[in-house]
Amino acid sequence: MKRLSVFLVTMLASLTTMADWEVNMPRGVTPTANAAYDLHMLIFYITVVIGIVVFGVMFYSIFHHRKSKGAKPASFHESTTVEIIWTVIPFVILVGMAIPATKTLIMMEDTRNSEITLKVTGYQWMWKYDYVEDDVAFFSKLDSDSNEARQLGSKKDVNKVDNYLLNVDNEVVLPTDTKIRILLTASDVIHAWWVPELTGKKDAIPGYVNELWIDIKKPGVYRGQCTELCGKDHGFMPIVVRAVPKQEYTKWVSLNQKNRVADKSK
Amino acid sequence: MSANIDHLKEEHHQPSGLMRWITTTNHKDIGSLYLWFSLLMFFVGGLMALIIRAELFQPGLQFVVPGFFNQMTTMHALIMIFGAVMPAFVGLANWQLPMMIGAPDMALPRLNNWSFWILPFAFTMLLSTLFFESGGPAAGWTLYPPLSLQGGNSMPFVIFSLHLLGASSILGAINVIATILNMRAPGMTLMKMPIFVWTWLITAFLLIASMPVLAGAITMLLTDRFYGTSFFTAAGGGDPVLFQHIFWFFGHPEVYILILPAFGIVSTIIPAFSRKKLFGYDSMVYATASIALLSFIVWAHHMFTVGMPLAGEIFFMFTTMLIAVPTGVKVFNWVATMWKGSMTFETPMLFALAFIILFTIGGFSGLMLAITPADFQYHDTYFVVAHFHYVLVPGAVFAIIAAVYYWLPKWTGKMYNETLGKVHFWMTTIFVNITFFPMHFVGLAGMPRRIPDYAVQFTDFNMIASVGAFGFGLSQLLFVYILFLTLKQPVTAEDKSWEGAEGLEWTLPSPAPYHSFDTPPKVE
Repeated sequence: MKRLSVFLVTMLASLTTMADWEVNMPRGVTPTANAAYDLHMLIFYITVVIGIVVFGVMFYSIFHHRKSKGAKPASFHESTTVEIIWTVIPFVILVGMAIPATKTLIMMEDTRNSEITLKVTGYQWMWKYDYVEDDVAFFSKLDSDSNEARQLGSKKDVNKVDNYLLNVDNEVVLPTDTKIRILLTASDVIHAWWVPELTGKKDAIPGYVNELWIDIKKPGVYRGQCTELCGKDHGFMPIVVRAVPKQEYTKWVSLNQKNRVADKSK
Repeated sequence: MSANIDHLKEEHHQPSGLMRWITTTNHKDIGSLYLWFSLLMFFVGGLMALIIRAELFQPGLQFVVPGFFNQMTTMHALIMIFGAVMPAFVGLANWQLPMMIGAPDMALPRLNNWSFWILPFAFTMLLSTLFFESGGPAAGWTLYPPLSLQGGNSMPFVIFSLHLLGASSILGAINVIATILNMRAPGMTLMKMPIFVWTWLITAFLLIASMPVLAGAITMLLTDRFYGTSFFTAAGGGDPVLFQHIFWFFGHPEVYILILPAFGIVSTIIPAFSRKKLFGYDSMVYATASIALLSFIVWAHHMFTVGMPLAGEIFFMFTTMLIAVPTGVKVFNWVATMWKGSMTFETPMLFALAFIILFTIGGFSGLMLAITPADFQYHDTYFVVAHFHYVLVPGAVFAIIAAVYYWLPKWTGKMYNETLGKVHFWMTTIFVNITFFPMHFVGLAGMPRRIPDYAVQFTDFNMIASVGAFGFGLSQLLFVYILFLTLKQPVTAEDKSWEGAEGLEWTLPSPAPYHSFDTPPKVE
């Protein structure tokens, strides 16, 4: 009973204070994430239109062709013409979807001409980042505040934790307006690296090196999570990327090259 | 001939009590066993879903540790797929196929008994792993290595039970094919078969083709774990992605195994309550066959994010999109069947109509998922969870419930309470949407699947989904109550329980005789 009342109070509190009824994919800050968003909306609108037409006909029929309204059943049960039409039209619509989708896909998979390379390695349950050209490397894992609050029976209120489950001890710092190639691999099991506003996800697989590219157009902090089940703490290995202007990035690199010794041993 | 049959009947000494059910070779008995077993598993898997939804009611961990949460998601899927939906369809096949094609029983009755009785043992073994010290399987029902190779002692037990379930399915499928191809009444050519028979025939071929592939994949997992092979471990020169290719080569046909019989049921019920013949019977058959064939060349859309070559990504995107064509044909045909019909809305029809709408919504999200660049965003989020629950719950499960209401008077000779049936329908439909629709939103907003805890911005929709899940679970207790009430009544149902029902099963008395057709009926 006490638990129930706690539930109801939290439910009400959450509805009023931190109501965040996000229903759609966030718009991205990179060409690739934006292209995915645009495709998503395009296909969504197409399916909405198809849905309105098909369900419209269906509901018209449900309301008008019912026995209680005295409807007498017709006897037709096939029509080659109609059947060909509704095979061909969907096919044409699909071709219309496939063209922009293929273009976007080709653009997304083109990792050539990148300026810097970030190597990401998945571990149970943290990420390691290697700045290949700049000789910076560090591990990044869930920050201690979230980690305390997430324990079963923790007294800490998760709503008061800063970016609960989406905060790390060491942020990834990346420059804006730079084509960045991200190499993905893993040391134990399969993980997936995903920051929705930056790019779609890709798996980090032991024995494989996968590629992604991003070009961040807007400075800011972007958060994401591991998205391939990787064991008990799969839900607790977030990703935080801080995108800064190039100059600031260069400064950050020089600072961290000096301080890298502690992590280098790993 | 008839003297012979009478003689056989006299000889038919049936054991009573428990032995009757253990030794039975009768298609109706075995059908009932399958259906009751499926109902039980539906509640076991449902209980696991409720543990998941209770934990996800609000952020932070309240009830279970993450390791146990992963066991729940894994077991929920395995139980629902292999224990609830598949046996339910086999149960329906057992009851209906002989009656629909004018046969006395299934072609291979002893095999039939065996394929059912494997199931309780397999699931006892599977469920027992939850009580192991190292817990049950927790790597997801897809058992991806290397994670699944890290699992505790449950792994060989899970693999052995999956082998048993696969064997049971293959035996069942062989029986279905043998029955349909050999035991049809004179005059019933293939293209005159009821559409449910067609969908099951095609499903049976899918089972035979895909189950051995699963068996191969999990056997390789087993040898990797215990016999020093390295099929899937990179350190030994193996390839973790290979498992995913093999698994989904089974997994995608499996998806259609779970939905094709549902298509058959809906294609039976819609014409019955529209009092009009199914529109485009031939194209329905061809569409079903095309979906089945396509299911073997789309598997990698489950793994777009593993880093396939561009050409591979494009190929699997195109083939996946193509599935929309035959699926669309089916939906259009159903709508055309209703068009200018004379509809009434008894419970089976309501479930069938909800199936069309909600399954189509699942189809739409499926089309969105087919678009590779967009899938990079959707993959492994709650958007995917919403998608497959829309096609499996208001899809497959609604069709099963519709079938039970539709054929219950034929099976038992007793009519269910229509008012309660409608209450059950509305509660189920409302709660299923409250449960699964918000999952689209949190998925798009960035919530990954298979996590026991989430960032606070996902709280509101998760609370709604949890409330819906408990409502859905409770509504199904009403279903059990309706079944109980029905079975308690005296026999009153007419032979043809529905005005617009077509098919040989309605020419039999209600309840149908133990050996459906002693003499084959004539089909003109």
